[in-house]
Amino acid sequence: MAGIVTRIWRSIFTRPIKVEGERDQRRAVREWLALHARPVRVRESTLPFTHTFGLGGMSMVLVILLMATGVLLMLAYEPTPATAYRSIEALQQDYLFGGLVRNVHHWSANLLVAVALLHMLRTLVTGGFHGLRRFNWVIGLSLLAGILAANFSGYLLPWDQLSYWAVTICTGMLGYIPLAGPWLQGLMRSGQEIGASTLVMYYAFHTTVIPVTVLVFMAFHFWRVRKAGGVVDPVPPDPDSDAQPGYVSTLPNLLMRELAVGLALVAAVLVFSVLVEAPLAGPANPGMSPNPAKAPWYFLGFQELQLHFDPLFSILIVPILGAVFFLAIPYIRYAPELSGPWFLSPTGRKTAAIAAIAGAVATTAMVLVDELWLHSISDSVAPVLLRGLLPLAIICAGIAGFRFYLVRRHSPAGAEQVQAMAVLLLSCLVTLTIIGVWFRGAGMALVWPWQI
Amino acid sequence: MNTPQTRRSFLGKLWFLLGGVALAEAFWLAGDFLRPRNRRTRRGTPSSIIVAGPVERFETGTVTAFREGKFYLARLDDGGFLALHRECTHLGCTVPWRQDEGRFVCPCHASSFDIHGDVLSAPAPRPLDLFSVRIENGIVKVDTTSPLKRNVFDASQVARP
Repeated sequence: MAGIVTRIWRSIFTRPIKVEGERDQRRAVREWLALHARPVRVRESTLPFTHTFGLGGMSMVLVILLMATGVLLMLAYEPTPATAYRSIEALQQDYLFGGLVRNVHHWSANLLVAVALLHMLRTLVTGGFHGLRRFNWVIGLSLLAGILAANFSGYLLPWDQLSYWAVTICTGMLGYIPLAGPWLQGLMRSGQEIGASTLVMYYAFHTTVIPVTVLVFMAFHFWRVRKAGGVVDPVPPDPDSDAQPGYVSTLPNLLMRELAVGLALVAAVLVFSVLVEAPLAGPANPGMSPNPAKAPWYFLGFQELQLHFDPLFSILIVPILGAVFFLAIPYIRYAPELSGPWFLSPTGRKTAAIAAIAGAVATTAMVLVDELWLHSISDSVAPVLLRGLLPLAIICAGIAGFRFYLVRRHSPAGAEQVQAMAVLLLSCLVTLTIIGVWFRGAGMALVWPWQI
Repeated sequence: MNTPQTRRSFLGKLWFLLGGVALAEAFWLAGDFLRPRNRRTRRGTPSSIIVAGPVERFETGTVTAFREGKFYLARLDDGGFLALHRECTHLGCTVPWRQDEGRFVCPCHASSFDIHGDVLSAPAPRPLDLFSVRIENGIVKVDTTSPLKRNVFDASQVARP
């Protein structure tokens, strides 16, 4: 009897599970399915938590958490306008920890957007997009787009006032794109207005196409990191010295750190979800827009842009210019290709800090000037010029002038200039988002956060 | 160096072509599944026409909401009728009528419209869309098949009893 059990056990686990000594540890990483995607040994200098803050690994943990809770939610959810809202209420009342499962899904999804953005920022300011990593930057941006698509499609599903009007406004913006706008809007609404077919389409994409695509791109992303030799080394090897960079075994040095970060993250999400309920407004009512009607927070920067630019600029031209800049970052020629420590160098640190402050101050100032002064004089006079070309030209001139100032004053290398420009743009986006979330009240008027 | 065209290389290219055709078919199929279906009723069918009621029921200078038709029936001061689509032309929020201010005010981005649907304040780019109004034997009827876009209000849009 014991013989058969041993034989079955050994057929599943061909090696002893207990790992003792470095030889065993290396063999385990190489031969266990779950671990074999990792290298056997890693650079010791890449291990400190503050080099990457584990942001990439955190994103993966959140995706796993989202898939696990997502499958549970699918068992309770009914994707029709008549039943969707009621099925969410039933989930919170009749299922064991139903509300908690929904909270974990909701907060993980929101956290994932923030963590993925921070991961992008970390890659940017440690120069993790040169050489072999070039295309991986693009894959990473695609993953960010996939995460936003997943968040946005999931936002509609509860079919409450928040989701109905957020999706109405966001798809309404598409209508302003020249030529293809109405067609694109019809496609994204699956009809003239948001209804049963919209909900079914969003449900299908949210639960199948988007997560599968994200998973495939994740595998691609990790594979490219591995091919590039792991994460960027904060202490690049000195070509003039003979000292070999120090390597340590992945198990336990890297895997235990990852496990610690992952478990801490899951614990944090759970505690937060126990304490804070995911929002659920009243059932969707197409006859009554709530005031204010806002897009989900990750699109509020764009909605804020809406208030200051002609739609053609705020919906099409400005986002395209931003996207082109971020996609182009790895394809610009850099000499030298700086990478490694945070913000690349003391000069890089200084210029990035100046750019972050300049972006926040300039954005706040422009919003205030437009809101309090320009709005009263420029209403409906040649909007494409006054609320489009002219402000865009002024902003571009401002950015160029800022770069000129940085070069004259701090003489940063090419990589540090691009870093400063990217930080400047991100700082503008973050400032717009903060204004949209906390400083816009009824009728999208500027208010203090406690007046909302 | 040019490799000569052989039957084998020709058939090889044909396979590639067929693969391309199969891929195009798959995209065509998926595209058709994603194509918005117009589930509205056809123009002129009874269910798309809403009978609002007799002319006398609507006082001049008032606006009446019709929930099922998604429009407001405005009776102008001169007695004419306009059926205004209730969606803001900016991003599609539903605009409520404020009788005390005598205008429509969008709760989303503060656009406002007068009783003719004309824009009083931006960001709305054009007046509220119209539905066609017919008055037959003193009964006001509104055809809600599809909203009519316009750039400005003019007197020809008004239906008169």
